[in-house]
Amino acid sequence: MIDNPKTGMTLIVKTVTRLTVGLILLFGIYIILHGHLSPGGGFAGGVIVALSFVHLMLAFGKDVAVAKISRNLATNLESIGAMMFLLVAVMGFLGGSFFLNILAKGKPFDLFSSGAIILSNISIGIKVGVGLFAIFLALVILEKTKKE
Amino acid sequence: MSLYLLCLVLFCIGLYGVLRKRNLVKIIIGLGIIEYSLNLFFVLLGYKFHGRAPIDAQDQIILNMVDPLPQALVLTSIVIGLGITALVISIAIRIYEKYGTFDITKIKRLRG
Amino acid sequence: MELHILLIFMIFAAIVAIEAKDLLSSVIAVGAVGFALCLAFLILKAPDLAITQLVVEVLCLIILIRATINRDLPLVIEGRWIFNTISTLVFIAVFLFFSWLALKELPSFGQPLMTVVKKYLAEGTTKTGAVNIVTAVILDFRAYDTLGEATVLFTAVIGIMAVLRRPGRKKIER
Repeated sequence: MIDNPKTGMTLIVKTVTRLTVGLILLFGIYIILHGHLSPGGGFAGGVIVALSFVHLMLAFGKDVAVAKISRNLATNLESIGAMMFLLVAVMGFLGGSFFLNILAKGKPFDLFSSGAIILSNISIGIKVGVGLFAIFLALVILEKTKKE
Repeated sequence: MSLYLLCLVLFCIGLYGVLRKRNLVKIIIGLGIIEYSLNLFFVLLGYKFHGRAPIDAQDQIILNMVDPLPQALVLTSIVIGLGITALVISIAIRIYEKYGTFDITKIKRLRG
Repeated sequence: MELHILLIFMIFAAIVAIEAKDLLSSVIAVGAVGFALCLAFLILKAPDLAITQLVVEVLCLIILIRATINRDLPLVIEGRWIFNTISTLVFIAVFLFFSWLALKELPSFGQPLMTVVKKYLAEGTTKTGAVNIVTAVILDFRAYDTLGEATVLFTAVIGIMAVLRRPGRKKIER
C-alpha cells in the first residue's frame, strides 16, 4: 500500500517522509518527557506528535495513516488521556487536596523528578496529540466522501 | 508604551476584519489576529528588562527572571485558540456545502 | 527596537491578510503574522510559548489551507458600504477610548509588578521539583486552569466530530 503511486504525493516526497517521520515522532516524545526540564511540555509535544501523523497522511494518503491509528482508536485514546489527567488530579486526595503533588519529588535536573508533573505531561501530550489528529482525520474524510 | 499601542493597532485590524468583512474565512482570520494580539499583550506585560527565561540552570543562581505567570496563561490560550479555529472552520465548511458560498449576507434562508 | 520592527511587520501582514482578494494569499499572510509572533515570544524570553506557537501555527495553516483550497471566492458586491464602515469605526473608537483609559493604569514596559510570582520563583523548584517554572505553574500551582483547558479542547473535538460526521443512516435506507 505504501508504494502505491496512485495515492499520495510523488516519489521524492514519499522517500523523504519515510526518513523523517520517525524522527519527528521521536522529537515530540522527547519534548513531552522533558517538559519539566526544558522548554516545551505536553501541549507543544502533543502538537508535534499530531504533526508527524498529519505528515504521514499528507504524503502517503489517508489509508496509510488510518492503518496506524484508526478513528475509533484515536477517540478512545483521547478519552484515555483526559481520564489519566483527571486521575492524576484525583490522586492528590490521598494526600489531602485536589491536584496535590504527593509522589516523590526526586532530585532536580533528573528525568524522573518532580512527581506527578511528568505524569500530567504525558497524559496531556496523549490527549492533545490524538485529539488534533482526530480533527484533521475528520476534515480529510469529509473531503473524500464529498468527492465520491 | 509604544509597544502597547502597536499591539492595540493589531487588535483594531482584527476587529475591523471581523466587523467589516463579509467572507466567513476572512472573519475567522480576523478572530485569529485578535487572538494573536491578545497573547502578545499578555506576554509584553510580563517582560522585565535584562530578564532571563524562567528556567533554572544547573550551576548558577538566576536572580532576574521574567514573569512566568502570563506565559503560563498564554500557553493554555494558544492551544484553545487552535481548537476554536478548527471548530469554526468545520462549521464554515458545512455552511459552504449547504449554501455554496462563504458570503454571510447570502446565508439567510433556512434550508432543510 | 527589534520588537517594534516585528510588530510593524505583523501589522502590515495583518492588513494584507484582511484585504487580500484571494483566500489562499490571505491565509498565507496570517501564517506570516503567526511566525512573527513566534519570533516576538523568543525575544520576550518565553521559549515555551515560542515552541508552542510555532507548531500550532503550522497545524493551523494546514487546516486553513485544507478548508479553503478548492473553494473559490466569488466577487462580493459591497452593499450598505457607508453604514458598515461607519459602525465599524464607531466600534473601534469605543474600544480605543476604553483601552486608553486602561493604559494609564498599567505598569510601564519592562517593569512588571510581580506580586504573586515572587513566591513561585522563590519556591518553585524546591516545592515541585520541576526546573521549568512555567511547567511548575501550569501543572502544579495552577493546575485547575489546565484542567479547564483540557475540557475545552475535549469539547472542541467532540463538536468537530459532531459537525463533520457522515450523513446518517436514514437517507441510505430510503
